Amino acid sequence: MINPDRQGHRYPPAEPYQVSREAIREFALAVQAVHPAHHDVDAARALGHRDLIAPPSFAVVIAQRAEAAVVNDDEAGIDFSRVVHAEERFTHHSPIQAGDTLASQVTLERIRTMGAGAMVTTVVQISAEDGAARSTVTSTLLVRDEEDAA
Amino acid sequence: MSTPVFEELEKGQQIGSRELSFSRADLIRYAAASGDHNPIHWNDRFAREVGLEGVIAHGMLTMGSAVDLVSVWAGDPGAVVDYQARFTRPVPVPDAESGSPETPTARLQISGKIGAVDTERRSVRVDLSVELLSDPVAEPTAAAGAPQSGEAVRTKVLAKSQAVVQF
Repeated sequence: MINPDRQGHRYPPAEPYQVSREAIREFALAVQAVHPAHHDVDAARALGHRDLIAPPSFAVVIAQRAEAAVVNDDEAGIDFSRVVHAEERFTHHSPIQAGDTLASQVTLERIRTMGAGAMVTTVVQISAEDGAARSTVTSTLLVRDEEDAA
Repeated sequence: MSTPVFEELEKGQQIGSRELSFSRADLIRYAAASGDHNPIHWNDRFAREVGLEGVIAHGMLTMGSAVDLVSVWAGDPGAVVDYQARFTRPVPVPDAESGSPETPTARLQISGKIGAVDTERRSVRVDLSVELLSDPVAEPTAAAGAPQSGEAVRTKVLAKSQAVVQF
């Protein structure tokens, strides 16, 4: 059963994530992103970036490491086998680049119960080693009603 | 390709379109690259057991693939400062009936137009249309006036899919 009192809970930060060129290229290939700044360091530098830049949705890779704290939180009581992804939003203060080491921390922003189901919104703050905010990833999940426990 | 000039942009302008396709192999590639190994994206039996008709694409694969149209149009993916979407319909990716698992079994049509121009912030909001294209179901007894064969059936799979580009 979902515990609405867990709304607002902020979890400990995830292990820092080191962004590699290979991870950016592999992700860009997987999302069929053809812009050269994801693949070719010279092309990224020609645009003024220090190194390869990640596609806009790459932040999900980092965010889900932080979100694991919610998945593993027994007190929140969210049954992740019954979860459907409803909404996602990325806000980038500066693009994620190869060579970055990024910290991430998740907050269980909102729990809206609807019958036996719920809409759950998590917000992950991604920041650089110096603490500067880099990206915010907001994810809304629909936790479906529990069916008859047959 | 020339990059857009902010002063020339107006609400309603089209930024272009692109067709994408997904195969089972593409879903495995996305699972590996993203770390999302949920079996509903690669195992039909498991997908059916949780109430789906079969394997579906990761919503984040659809969302992540659609935005490259904006990155290419803007000239710099780093200019995409905000990107959001709602997942409204699943994208089924059935196993190909024969041949390589690289055979695409889902087709998407992505198109974008400018939804808003913010002259103070020097940014534009691009509204993306992301539609699943499926072959019309063969209905030999279809009444006159029904969509004729050849025309793909379009299903919106993302809603409120918006990217903000900073100039």
